[in-house]
Amino acid sequence: MSLDGLWPYLFIAVAGWLATDIWRWLGVLAGNRVDENASLINWVRAVATALVAAVIARMILFPTGALESSPLWLRLAAILFGAACFFLAGRRQIAGIAGAIAFLAAGLALIGT
Amino acid sequence: MTATTVPENPPSQTGFFLLGMRGIFSLPAVILMLSFVGFAAFTAEAEIPVGQVIFMTGMVWALPAKVILVGSMISGAHLATAFLAVTLSSVRMMPMVAALVPELRTRDTPTWLLLVLSHFIAVTAWVFAMERMHAVPQAGRVAFFAGFGITLTAVNTVLVGLAYGAVSTFPPLVSGCLFFLTPVYLLSSIGVSARHRVVHWGLGAGLVLGGVFAAVAPEYDILLAGLVGGTLAWWGERTMRARGERKG
Repeated sequence: MSLDGLWPYLFIAVAGWLATDIWRWLGVLAGNRVDENASLINWVRAVATALVAAVIARMILFPTGALESSPLWLRLAAILFGAACFFLAGRRQIAGIAGAIAFLAAGLALIGT
Repeated sequence: MTATTVPENPPSQTGFFLLGMRGIFSLPAVILMLSFVGFAAFTAEAEIPVGQVIFMTGMVWALPAKVILVGSMISGAHLATAFLAVTLSSVRMMPMVAALVPELRTRDTPTWLLLVLSHFIAVTAWVFAMERMHAVPQAGRVAFFAGFGITLTAVNTVLVGLAYGAVSTFPPLVSGCLFFLTPVYLLSSIGVSARHRVVHWGLGAGLVLGGVFAAVAPEYDILLAGLVGGTLAWWGERTMRARGERKG
């Protein structure tokens, strides 16, 4: 394989695998010494959640591929409907997922995209 | 001569491994598999080659980390920027692993084995292990977790490869819905697993700032939204808590 072909794999190995596994290894080595409620852990928790939330926002607001031409209001309404199903079913994950996807599918079918 | 005793009762290590493998049919595992079909659709739409998608599924394993990684790759982020964004999202692995390991290990469990097995820890496997570990005798827990964790990772790695090829043959309505599975899964995962108020604040701040930065600074949007939004959420929640304590 050429260097150009190898580069993405190197990118994934460093920015993906290493960036994640070092924390798993440190967790094994740290054992019981991690303080669950330390201020630093709380900051990490907030930043990690915000990072994932940012990706979620981008996927909903600026999707690629088949959803690119779908209306924004439909995607937002599907998320809200899914959230309503999630809470009405007593915070059941499968209800939230099924609700949002069903709403989106119905909307796409009606609009005819 | 080494005595290779195969203890029939209580269950052997193989028995515990197989018991763990059966977890692939549990609801959390099925939800995760559905989400990996969604991840395959997301990467196919983003035109990431299938070899790289299979590689990252096995190597990174945690789904949020992979989605952040792909997001960085799409926006043409620098290696250091991508590393920082992914590693900040993966720090949460440390307390998770640290809480699970004492439940798993016995005095005879070698540390290298735990280091290897820790790779298979992500949210689904962690919740599964923490919930069901207590029904398994201490001596069988490492094998039980290995059976579940390795199977879950292997099955999803194969599944991603198969689904990736199928996505392009689906009508746009179906591939659009599959794409949508990833954000919906991640969102509902946060909703299910949030045990601290600061997580809700981080979610709100990240959603708003993620949208803003994606429009303003697409190359650094995830990292900026994570750092700025997360810090604001942490600071705001802490200030509010301090105020509440002073009043009460």
